[in-house]
Order: sequence, then structure tokens, then C-alpha cells
Amino acid sequence: MFKTSEINKRNQKNEKLFQLLFMVMTLLLILPVAIILGMLVYKGGSVISVDFLFSSPTDGMTAGGIFPAIFGTIWLVSVALLVSVPIGVAAAIYLSEYAPDNWLTRLINLAIINLAGVPSIVHALFGVGAFVIFFGMGTSILAASLTLAIMTMPVVIVASRESLQAVPQAFRVACWNMGATRWQTIRRVVLPNAVSGILTGVILEVSRTAGETAPIMFTGAVFFLPFLPQGVFDQTMALSLHLFVVSTQVPGVPENLPYGVALVLIGMVLIMNSLSIAFRMHLRGKKKW
Amino acid sequence: MVSTTEAIIDTSDRQMNEAPVKLDVRDVSIYYGDDPAIENVTLDVREHEIFGIIGPANAGKTSFLKAINRMDMFTSNMKVKGDIYFGGYDIRKARNIYALRSRIGVVFPLPVGLPMTIYDNVALAPQLSGLKEKAELDVIVERCLTRAALWDEVKDRLDSLGSLLSGGQQQRLTIARALSQSPEVLMLDEFSIAVDPVTTMRIEDVLKELKSEMTIILVTNLVQQARRLADRTAFFLDGECVEIGETEELFAGNVKQQKTLDYIQGKFG
Repeated sequence: MFKTSEINKRNQKNEKLFQLLFMVMTLLLILPVAIILGMLVYKGGSVISVDFLFSSPTDGMTAGGIFPAIFGTIWLVSVALLVSVPIGVAAAIYLSEYAPDNWLTRLINLAIINLAGVPSIVHALFGVGAFVIFFGMGTSILAASLTLAIMTMPVVIVASRESLQAVPQAFRVACWNMGATRWQTIRRVVLPNAVSGILTGVILEVSRTAGETAPIMFTGAVFFLPFLPQGVFDQTMALSLHLFVVSTQVPGVPENLPYGVALVLIGMVLIMNSLSIAFRMHLRGKKKW
Repeated sequence: MVSTTEAIIDTSDRQMNEAPVKLDVRDVSIYYGDDPAIENVTLDVREHEIFGIIGPANAGKTSFLKAINRMDMFTSNMKVKGDIYFGGYDIRKARNIYALRSRIGVVFPLPVGLPMTIYDNVALAPQLSGLKEKAELDVIVERCLTRAALWDEVKDRLDSLGSLLSGGQQQRLTIARALSQSPEVLMLDEFSIAVDPVTTMRIEDVLKELKSEMTIILVTNLVQQARRLADRTAFFLDGECVEIGETEELFAGNVKQQKTLDYIQGKFG
């Protein structure tokens, strides 16, 4: 009754073949991540120390620590998030929950896609023209963060919009039928169930913001600063730019130092990501359908 | 011929006077773009009756319900023409459509347990209309769940998620939620489609009791369900309201249209 025919045999062979193929492709994906992290830890691990993390560079940046750069990156990312998350999420809510399907909405969506496709160096030049010069912010944390915010906003908008739209329409209809306004529905039913997805967008944004170099190098980040920034109108050092500087611009830097800087940068992003992922899992555990 | 028709209208008018009209639907047509879903439907629903609407798929039954609580607002390219009066008020002119919707409870074909606790599912509507008092909410939650025949099963786990209940339980939760609005009209759209027969019978018993407090519109594709529950029944077919009559009369075969009889007897569906 269950005799295996030729076609069965071929199907079963293909089944195994394709499973193997897809698995190998997935494993290939892990390879670069493992190599990068491995190299960084292997070469840069010895550089990391409390002193390295919490002191200023010395000897023309060939020795000492990187604290001003870490501090500056935290500043830049925080201010950028403060600007882009509220605007991005609000825009996503409008696009997903309110916007009628008309030419204006389509135009906005097109603009978002295009904004995401603009190269970061173009954003940098825009930042110089708009924030540094036109709005007179000078090269400052504010100008750099705003440039970063504009550059990463499409990520937040798209991720948030997708997660809002993943909330089943039936929930909204059920709420509207009870006499809820759109906003009541969004607040009580849609947003609580979209938060984890929105958070994913923010995580992605943090990673990108922390790592970008081009948009900040003309707008607010500097080569070297003997003191810490006191406010958003000061210039600052930043990890990404510092990495660029110590790897290519300064002669006589010990070979391991850039690896150490890169390790700190990637470590900061990873810590942020894990915190957000933990928070997201906590939220997901509570909300389910 | 003319006098006979008048005589018929006369008798039906006299019956109509028994209870006041809750919902007066006059010459209503619904279009999606240019495609009509229903055309020129005129009927009235009286207070404290169960008004059944039967008919095969695509007859326009659901669109009709949507028009009553103005959900056309949320459906792109849905247009409603004609007049609908809710307790004498023209709903097309109602400024506060949220208040209108909160007076109409709706139960969908597929149960919708909102992804929040069972308690919150039932407390949501009162909260939306501004009730904050925990003690009052507790009373409403218990009363509505009890009346939806769900309280005994969930009273010990009101904090668990409503969306994780079984299908039949979720449908009773949906009914409890609709009741929490203290609606004047309860509209059920093929509520038993995803519910087991035992639960269906329990819900039907609940509906019979609720009749004393509210008006119920029961859309169903189960002809026998309409027969069991409805006081009067309308037969919709292809966007047309073919016939309205006392349920007993219709099922006794006293129909004006042969199509109605054929449908009731299951000759097509």
C-alpha cells in the first residue's frame, strides 16, 4: 500500500537536497558576522580596559582612551532618537491609521522610499547646507543629530507602519463598532500590539545612527577635542569618526588600537540591541493573539 | 386589485402599531464604487423583537448592517443612499456617530477576542465612554459575562488573554463585549459560523432572554435558526429585500414570492 514509486523517491531526494541548500545558505550568512566579531575580539580585546574606556586620547591620539568619543556617540544617538522616533512613529500612525488612499499618501510613501535611498554623504551635505549654515546651528551636536535623524527616519517610519498594519483589521473594526474614535482605538488596541515592531525599527535605527560617519563629519563631529561637549550646540568627538581617524588619518597608531575602537562601537550597539530585544520579548510575552 | 393591496397594508399597519419602530429603513441602497450591494430596501425593525435576515451569500446582509451603524465611513468607496432612522433620528445627520455606534452592539461572524485580558475586553466599552470607577466596571463585567453564559468558565481567570480563549468562548466574549455597551440594538452577523452546536444553542437561549431589554437584528444563513429565534424575518436575495413577514407565516408557507418558499425549503442556497 505504501510502496515507494520512482516519483516518490525523486521527491524525497529533492526534499533533502533543498533543505540542505537553504541551511548552507543560512550558515553562510553567519560566517561574516562570526569572522568580524572574532577578529575584533582577537585583535582589539587586549586594548580594552577601564582606562581605555574612561580617559581621553593622548599623544596625538596614538595612546590613551576614547571616552570623549563614546560620550559623543551617546549624545549624537540620543538626540537623533529624540527627534526621529516621535516624528517617525507619528508619521507611521498617520500613514497606517488615518491616511486615505489618494495621490498625496502615495506621494508621501514614495518620498519615504526615496529618502531611504539617499546616500549618506548626500545627507551630510544637506545637513551642512540646511542645519549648519541656513539655520545657523554651526557644526554642533544638534546639527549632526538632526542630519542623522533625517537619514534614519525612513527606517523608523517603515518599520512602525509595517507593525501597525500587522495588527488585524478585525480588532479595529470591533473597537469602532463600540463607538471608539480612531484615536481611542489606536491607543487601546493598535499601539499596544505594535510596540514590539516599532521597537525593532528603533533598534535598527540606533545601530545605523551609531555607526554612520559621513553625515556627522561635516556637521558636528570633530577630529579631536580636549574637553567634553557641554550641550547640543557644542561640537563633539564620535566613535565612528574616531575609528576612521585612527585607522587612516593619524600616523604611528598602534595596530591594535583601531580594532579596540571598533570593538567598543560594535559592543555598544550590541548592548543597546540586547536591551531592546529583552524589552521587546517582555512586551510580546504579555500581548498575544 | 388595488383595494386588496390596501387591505394588506392596513392589516400590517395594525400589527406594526403593537410595538414602536426602533429602526426605520427607507429606500436604502448601498454601492461599492458603482456595484450595488443592496438596492431600494425598505423595512422597519420594532422594539424588543428579534428581526431575522436570511439569504444566501452575496445578498447584501452584512452591508446592510454596516450601513446601520455607519461603518461605511471606514470602508473605502462604500456609499449609502436612502434614509435610516434610529429611534426617530436620522442617522445620516447624526453629528455624534460615536454615540450612535455605542448604542448598537455588533457581533461578527468570526469571534474577535481583543488581545487584552478578558476583563478589559468587557470593560473597554464602558471605559471608552468615560467610566473609570473600578467597582462599577466590576459589576458590568460580571453581569455581561454572566448574561453571555461565559462567567462560570472564566470567572477565575479574568486576567488571562481574551484572544486565547477557544472559538466558542471568544464568541460569547464578543457578545459580552457588545452587551457591555448597554446597547439598544444588538446586531448579530452569522454569529454561529465558527461556533459549535452546543454553544450555538446556549447563545440562542441568551438571545431569547435579551429580547425583553433590546432589539435584536439577527443575520443568519441558517434558515432554521431564524425560524427558532426571529419574530419576523426578511429574505434578502442578490441585493434585494424579497419579502418580509412574520416568521411563523413564512415557514407555514404563506409567502408572497415563490423564491422565498424555495429558499426556506432549501431548494437553493
